[in-house]
Amino acid sequence: MLPPEPGFSSYTTFAAALIDPACATPAIVTGPASKGAVKRYNVYRNNVMVSLINALAAIYPVVQRITGAEFFRAMARFHIRATPPNSPLLFEYGRDFPAFIEQYEHASLMPWLSDVARIERAWLDAYHAADAEPLPAAALAKFPQEKLAELIFIAHPATRIVRSHFSAVTIVASNRGNDPVDRIDASTPEDALITRPDLDVMLRRLPPGGATFLESLMSGRTLGEAAASALETASSFDIAANIAGMIEAGAFIDVVLGEAR
Amino acid sequence: MDATVLSGLRATEPPRFPALGVSGLAGSSFKHEHLASILDEGRQRHFFEVHAENYMGHGGPPHRALEAVRRDHPVSLHGVCMSIGGSQPLDQAHLARFRALVARYEPALVSEHLAWSTHRTTYFNDLLPLPYNEATLSRVCDHIDQVQDAIQRPLLLENPSTYLAFNESTMAETEFIRRVAERTGCGLLLDINNVFVSATNHGFSALEHLSQFPISRVGEIHLAGHAEQTDDEGDLLLIDSHDGPVADAVWKLYEIVIGRCGPVPTLVEWDSNIPDWPILKADAAAAQAILDRNQSSVRHAAA
Repeated sequence: MLPPEPGFSSYTTFAAALIDPACATPAIVTGPASKGAVKRYNVYRNNVMVSLINALAAIYPVVQRITGAEFFRAMARFHIRATPPNSPLLFEYGRDFPAFIEQYEHASLMPWLSDVARIERAWLDAYHAADAEPLPAAALAKFPQEKLAELIFIAHPATRIVRSHFSAVTIVASNRGNDPVDRIDASTPEDALITRPDLDVMLRRLPPGGATFLESLMSGRTLGEAAASALETASSFDIAANIAGMIEAGAFIDVVLGEAR
Repeated sequence: MDATVLSGLRATEPPRFPALGVSGLAGSSFKHEHLASILDEGRQRHFFEVHAENYMGHGGPPHRALEAVRRDHPVSLHGVCMSIGGSQPLDQAHLARFRALVARYEPALVSEHLAWSTHRTTYFNDLLPLPYNEATLSRVCDHIDQVQDAIQRPLLLENPSTYLAFNESTMAETEFIRRVAERTGCGLLLDINNVFVSATNHGFSALEHLSQFPISRVGEIHLAGHAEQTDDEGDLLLIDSHDGPVADAVWKLYEIVIGRCGPVPTLVEWDSNIPDWPILKADAAAAQAILDRNQSSVRHAAA
């Protein structure tokens, strides 16, 4: 840490009370002509808290739709006090919110809610990710059949995978609009693939073994290695269908022949 | 954002934008929900202002939308989070992002606020007030020097709306702003709604404040709506809310300022409860009519 600059302490005093309701109005501020400053200072408190709650609501619209605004705003307020933003880029905020939801006592009856939030956080990351041209459907045709196992794929900057023990993909997909939602059985494990091949963010549910397969590919392992680890987790893993699915989703932008290992 | 509006606007290489000026123009905040209407209308006599931070992501719909708007219109890049009034060094990563946006979009105007929003590691997402004294003056000047060095052009510094004062302030806001502009060579963004809000909240005359404001350095004017609350004593406390039409009293002050300094580019800001495009456009048209009536006014030297 650098040594504090002159006047630093008055900023510290002003800042400390902004998100801590237990702090009194700082004595360093005043209204005009010796008027009080309680409500005046509270304007800043309110601006900070309301704008940050709104920021979380914008990042997590499905979580808010499910919990209702009142529940959401109370939960968000607790989170903001514990973990205020540390970047001026608010679309980067709330990365710790899914973990907060997971241990939030009042959300314990919705054990799937944190995974819903993880998908929404990934959705926004995909929205702001760098633009890139996805791999065309014919990209694999130029490689000889016997070399396919050695292919290495380069992920699109938007591509994200979220694994869930619950039906998180169905819950998010059903709640992104304003249409009424039928009862959802939350107990089916679902893995999400989030991509943005062009302008629209796409959310898909991955087939069995698909998440392992794509995570292996995204970490730079060959197609052969990725397929082998997918088969280990799911004997029903269908390699042809998974390759077709990932190309169609625009999950990758390039493919190269890797070194044989 | 409605992606269908943007389809067909593929960005394959860095766009080169036409050099469009803002002299004598009125404009409005650019809101993505208005994009389809704006593109339908084609090139208009209008400029758009964007909050820089909303375009600091790597790609996706925000950049595609701003590119589309910038092709036909001058753009004003308005920074909200630089924390120029803060007590700690500027965030160099943020400054680099800001510089990159200036290079990418070739904005006609570039501005930031006399306020702070980050302290230690926390970003508060509000334009927080600072004491006005010699120590804060020299720090603000340092920060503006850094920004102007980075972007290689003058910055317009916006006067804040405030709700309280600091016991440790030793000078008036107008003196502080005048000295900052003299020392750094920066221009000023005069937010007339902020003057009206602060005048009401601190019990001074908005007209007198404006007469002390270094008006010859003003390169842009902001107009916006405000909301009403009360202070501890039950007196009126105005909130700079940007959620409604510009108040009549602010329009009156605006006419006086334009009569005095000529047709300075003027922006109507609207940031929440955003109306349909025709309503925002009509407010900008009202400002344009006032500018046009004063096109012949002599500007008091462009500094």
